[in-house]
Amino acid sequence: MSQGPSEKHSASAGGTQSHLDWGNLLAKFGLVLALLALIAVLSILSDRFFSLNNFINILRQISINAIIAFGMTVVIIGRGIDLSVGSLVALAGVVGASIAVLGVPERGLDPTFMQMAYPWLAIGAMLLIGILLGLWNGVFVAYAGIAPFIVTLAGLTMFRGGALAYTEGRPISGMPEVMYQIGNGEILWLPIPIWIMLVFLCGSYFLLRHTSLGRSIYAIGGNEEAARLSGIPVRRVKLFTYAFCGFAASLAAIILTSRVNSGQPSAGVAFELDAIAAVVVGGTSLFGGRGGVFGTLIGALIIGVINNGMNLLDVPSFYQQIVKGGVILTALLIERLVAKRH
Amino acid sequence: MRRVMLTAAVGLFAAGPAMAEGTVGLSVSTLNNPFFVTLSEGAQQTADALGIELVVVDAQDSVSKQVSDIEDLVTREVDVLIVNPTDSDAVVPAVRGAIDAGIPVVAVDRGVNNVDLAYFVVSDNIAGGVLAGTYICEQIGFEGNVVELEGIPGVSATRDRGAGFNQAIEETCPDVEVVARQTANFNRAEGLSVMENILVAQPEIDALFAHNDEMALGALQAVASSGRDILVVGFDATDDAVGAVEECTMGATVAQQPDQLGAQAVEIASEVIADGPPGQQVDVFVGLRLVTSDACE
Repeated sequence: MSQGPSEKHSASAGGTQSHLDWGNLLAKFGLVLALLALIAVLSILSDRFFSLNNFINILRQISINAIIAFGMTVVIIGRGIDLSVGSLVALAGVVGASIAVLGVPERGLDPTFMQMAYPWLAIGAMLLIGILLGLWNGVFVAYAGIAPFIVTLAGLTMFRGGALAYTEGRPISGMPEVMYQIGNGEILWLPIPIWIMLVFLCGSYFLLRHTSLGRSIYAIGGNEEAARLSGIPVRRVKLFTYAFCGFAASLAAIILTSRVNSGQPSAGVAFELDAIAAVVVGGTSLFGGRGGVFGTLIGALIIGVINNGMNLLDVPSFYQQIVKGGVILTALLIERLVAKRH
Repeated sequence: MRRVMLTAAVGLFAAGPAMAEGTVGLSVSTLNNPFFVTLSEGAQQTADALGIELVVVDAQDSVSKQVSDIEDLVTREVDVLIVNPTDSDAVVPAVRGAIDAGIPVVAVDRGVNNVDLAYFVVSDNIAGGVLAGTYICEQIGFEGNVVELEGIPGVSATRDRGAGFNQAIEETCPDVEVVARQTANFNRAEGLSVMENILVAQPEIDALFAHNDEMALGALQAVASSGRDILVVGFDATDDAVGAVEECTMGATVAQQPDQLGAQAVEIASEVIADGPPGQQVDVFVGLRLVTSDACE
């Protein structure tokens, strides 16, 4: 990756964001352009595509992947990777579901006070699990110095095993109404998952761009040694990025559990790859130090729009997978060209 | 719930369904399994014959992808939605969304829990389990040890095949003991590894019943490399399994008729387009048969 020193400077010093970063701008602008072009083409090809309902539909569909991908973006900017998010979604999901089912009132009865509390307890437990498992990954990466790929690959296996063991392989079904509403309800004409995604997007953006912690993450991703020498607590910041990613995955687990109205130990397989795809399509460098969550949102949107469009166009599913892979490659190729020119 | 028994799909075909134009969406659980490929081919052929446009989407065994797939079909405003769930609970919100949008839903092969569908087209899995159980009893001489490889937990096919099989064992040959009962999630690779473990754990096994052929074929590999003589009975009669039965490596397979399941579902969808959905859910059973080879032993 060609990373000019000026870029590192602006990332680590933070205060120089008013300098126009042409490479970044072009990359971002190009992405939005690609998305718009995609929407235009699909609107011509399918008369069902261009409608408010379908756009809301797409946003709701991408919410889970986008939320995980925001967490992944933070880890990747810090020059890490988290392969365990899909399994984490499953484990947090089944544990949460097992708590939430306690809140289902008997047939015909109204829920008691305790029963009304269980869905919220479930949500709290899921977020806690996400943070703790993220810390687990982070400790091995930051303090034991093991490669993130390996640590989180181990997490991928362990958390999946945990989810299967916890449920004995069986899905946990029958969620109480509150739990059902999170993924399927609406607030102000927008489905709740979209609201969660937007709020989390703003939170992640604020973290990365307007806090010293965020600037430290960019600095570590850009040049870890330089970051250490300039007094950044590298280990603690790395630990934080994994906890943040775990939190994001558990947020996604809450939505998924509600969307499929059950805790599925087999849920979330390959979610890590979808998230990484959204991150890299969105222009964040896998080598760290460069990128951001808005790009990731566009990346998730591009992938989501392609999935939706191909379904509407009745593209046979095997070809859908080929096209999806092709788009990811193309996006990376463009990013590469832009980076070189810069 | 009114129950309609249809032993052969041919009957309906001959009855001449109302010609209906329209679009039918089929959300299939996975096309990475020959059974569902045959199912969707059966559906496609019938749709072509009836002049219906069929849109097939493949959930690749992912519950979340299937939810999105169904939403896309609703957006596309299909006239009828045929859904083959990856999980009978997980599709509930999406299927409710379709029903709320005024689209009648036909489930095929696996049901949808707690939702009033228009139709549910399904193999009579209990009867199939009984067929397999009775066959095993007869072949091993009404005594011995058998193993049961279960499908994806919680789906109706797993429950019913298991129920029928165990019912047959209890009634036909109470001296036969089920020494191991484990899930291999309808998956060939898992069937292989689970059976390898069972072979280590159980010194005496006379027969194995797997809830589908993919698991049976995986288990067959494990049995073959162990060199032991175990009667393997599968379910679904996929091409591979029927081949194995003809080569006498596999004992038998219960033939569901996936092409008929798909064909029936589309058939019924075309009726719904023409005449509207029934007042309450109607279950349609598609018949089964046991595939064996007389040439063996």
